[in-house]
Amino acid sequence: MSTYTKQQVKNLTEGKLDWDTTMRMLSMPKDNERFSIYLDVLQAKVPWKDKIVLPLGPHLYIAQSAKTKQWVTKCDCGHEFGDYRENWKLNAAIYVRDNPETMRDVYPTLMAPDTEWQVYREYYCPECGVMLDVEAPTPWYPVIHDFEPDIEAFYSEWVNLPVPERAG
Amino acid sequence: MKTDASTSKKTKAAEELVGGLLGNGQTLKQYRDAIQDRTKTTGFYNGLERLDLRESDPIRYEKLFSKLRGGLVHSRETAKKIAASPIVEQEGELCFTLYNAAGDCVLTSTGIIIHVGTMGAAIKYMIENDWESNPGINPGDMFTNNDCSIGNVHPCDIATIVPIFIQGKLVGWVGGVTHVIDTGSITPGSMSTGQVQRFGDGFMITCRKTGVNDKPLRDWLHESQRAVRTPKYWILDEKTRIAGCHMIRTLVEEVVAEEGLEAYEKFAFEVIEEGRRGLISRLKAMTIPGKYRKAAFVDVPYAHPDVQTPNAFAKIDTIMHQPVEIDIRKDGSWRLDFEGASRWGWHSYNAHQVAFTSGIWVMMTQTLVPTQRINDGAYYGTEFRLPKGTWMNPDDRRTGHAYAWHFLVSGWSAMWRALSHSYFSRGYLEEVNSGNANTSNWLQGGGINQDGEIHAVNSFEASSCGTGAGAIKDGLNHAAAIWNPEGDMGDIEIWEMAEPLVYLGRSAKCNSGGYGKYRGGTGFETLRMVWNAQDWTMFFMGNGYMNSDWGMMGGYPSATGYRFEAHNTGLKERITYGDTLPLGADTNPAEAGYENHINVRAKVKRDKQCMTTEDCYENYDLYLNYLRGGPGFGDPLEREPEAIARDLNNNLLLPEYARKVHGAVIEQDDKGVWSVDVKKTIANRAEHRKARLARALPTREWMKKERDRILIGRAITAVKQMYATSFALSPKFLGEFKTFWNLPEDWTLNEEDLDIPTYGSKYREDLSKLPDVHTVVLVEE
Repeated sequence: MSTYTKQQVKNLTEGKLDWDTTMRMLSMPKDNERFSIYLDVLQAKVPWKDKIVLPLGPHLYIAQSAKTKQWVTKCDCGHEFGDYRENWKLNAAIYVRDNPETMRDVYPTLMAPDTEWQVYREYYCPECGVMLDVEAPTPWYPVIHDFEPDIEAFYSEWVNLPVPERAG
Repeated sequence: MKTDASTSKKTKAAEELVGGLLGNGQTLKQYRDAIQDRTKTTGFYNGLERLDLRESDPIRYEKLFSKLRGGLVHSRETAKKIAASPIVEQEGELCFTLYNAAGDCVLTSTGIIIHVGTMGAAIKYMIENDWESNPGINPGDMFTNNDCSIGNVHPCDIATIVPIFIQGKLVGWVGGVTHVIDTGSITPGSMSTGQVQRFGDGFMITCRKTGVNDKPLRDWLHESQRAVRTPKYWILDEKTRIAGCHMIRTLVEEVVAEEGLEAYEKFAFEVIEEGRRGLISRLKAMTIPGKYRKAAFVDVPYAHPDVQTPNAFAKIDTIMHQPVEIDIRKDGSWRLDFEGASRWGWHSYNAHQVAFTSGIWVMMTQTLVPTQRINDGAYYGTEFRLPKGTWMNPDDRRTGHAYAWHFLVSGWSAMWRALSHSYFSRGYLEEVNSGNANTSNWLQGGGINQDGEIHAVNSFEASSCGTGAGAIKDGLNHAAAIWNPEGDMGDIEIWEMAEPLVYLGRSAKCNSGGYGKYRGGTGFETLRMVWNAQDWTMFFMGNGYMNSDWGMMGGYPSATGYRFEAHNTGLKERITYGDTLPLGADTNPAEAGYENHINVRAKVKRDKQCMTTEDCYENYDLYLNYLRGGPGFGDPLEREPEAIARDLNNNLLLPEYARKVHGAVIEQDDKGVWSVDVKKTIANRAEHRKARLARALPTREWMKKERDRILIGRAITAVKQMYATSFALSPKFLGEFKTFWNLPEDWTLNEEDLDIPTYGSKYREDLSKLPDVHTVVLVEE
């Protein structure tokens, strides 16, 4: 089992880890303590005090509110999308590329989908405008609730960490 | 192959079999049923709560593993040199697999390891349908199978299956599979289009005994070679499979001679249970328990005039739909549920349940279980729910499967994204992959080749598409295919020997990788000119109107496909007079650059119809083979400026999209070298983010507008047909759809209201309805 330093994990999150170490990470059995180091690295990067419970994307987290202890989905800019069990996309800003003109802003002619068949739904943080996800379904498709993690089981049974306090 | 002396010895051995094939008085079916019962009752494969051999003598266990696995890989590498087909010899489209007597996979070689389960399904079909008594299973026998209704992926994967007898009893089976260049289907090429039923898919062989005493039967040799267009390749592929199977049979005999039969048989069961446990421990080590939901789609545009089908009822545009819910439980078990998938269709892109469940491992070995111990343990560690009647588990024996990969590759991209989501959340960023390319286009066709022979082609350049972006780096450019981790694009010189198609270009495909902080790997494109062929045809096969590969976490999907072909090009004259020629890349399809170098009266097709049927090509006609890129990861406004400049200077990105998508402020020096102004780019990106918010709506506001569009029925018929078939198969999906959009209680969408042919919507007949047929069901339906 390999172990990695906090600096190496930080480099990994920044896409700057040397290739030898990256290869070791890929080929060796996984280091179970990675998750807690990862949380530490990310916690140092976010501008808020709430405790990160689970990262959901490069800018998106489930975090424990420092004030209320409620778990919320939160952008690193500080915007909150509501309770972590809700689909955060429903509380995002959306832009739908559903005609050839808007598709041409993304791909050259002939290299984008036909918008009668498929649309691109871009979900932005309503506060900072970062693009958090792009769905590419047919028209009419319900907004997909991608991920409902079992955080309690993960913390207590898989990575042997205390489950952060949760109100509500 | 064995000598005549050893053949006669084997025949004698067959006569001496006592106590049935297994030497214990049980039929094969009784034997398999007991294994299934013990597995179901205990939760451990064959009831193996303890792995006696592994625990008591781990070194010996590992020796057995290494000898067998090494021998399987060695046999594949040796046998493939027999083949003449570039698909096998260059691309490595073959695989050898060792099974225990019940047909469960013990170990497999490298290569197209989707066949871990497909050949096992054929063995199980023989067991369930009493091949034991008729036609009989004897030492020296060979069976051939490519039947898609009992587990094969598509008919061009031909499997040779050889029983292994030692000390007078059946101890296992070895299967070898190659992807042949032609199956004698309705059109040339191994994965043809146009036919909409099994009956046009080509030569179909159902576990037929095709050899005895280690020799292929003469009627089989005569019949099979005239059933296909490429008999030379066919027979050499068969010799490849037979040689590999016999090498592996000899290997097992040697291992048993050294280690004893008891140890071998213990190993052959324990390694499967070890594989099951390995999957569970890997899920616990890599993922996060919970529910993951993703979806994927692909287009089947059959209404277009360039798609000729024999049946009027198939001339409609449809969409294949695959939602997946992955439930990873806290005990490390998992369930993959495809509730809501659309119905099978009148085309050749349907898949048997085993093609789906077995095929998943060719993907999983590239992500969740990158191990050499791939066997049926992973299958036993997974609960699959594939609703009966869907495209992945058809309930009609007429379905066509020639290019099942059209949606398998797309459907699996959804699972790859789901797993990558968990890797990201857990901090294993090095494992994240946004998915894979839709591995197309498939250049196929045939006619009379440059040697004056009847010929068929299937360019396997698609085995080197772009891979998905990761969370720490770009995807690989023109590098891989999900269905063969050992794939290779092949040498131009070899393809030009195999096909009467001269290369006028082979270049990385600009803008084909999905944008993101890290972009998907680019695909590539090759421009081919027909040369020295007669009565030649070709067709296109891939995605065009839709994209099957989404990006992740703010990354865009890869570009879709498009078609370019040109006839009456005048290239013969241009070559004679030294005029300019269309060479290299079609860098920006909007500029139609090739057209500047061909006859102004040329007939050009430049559009999104990427699915066509056999069309006529003259010498000097052109065909663009565009292989797709992979999807992106992360917000493209965060891509490093150096990476943008590098892409611009390598012709992987058009300047317009560096500005529009990446928000980069770029400039080109007098030598033509691009650079990015970092400071201005930072400011420009802030403006881009503001512009995003200015044009966006709160999601719930948009939902109201979209609901209105649903209520007035504003969508094309293909979209409605897709929903209607999913709704008809899944009241649950319909209910969730109505709930999400808050639709009236009486809202519904029925296929018969769409004013298109609805053949297959009501009247269907499953293979199991045929007399004396016992199908093997390996999933929850």
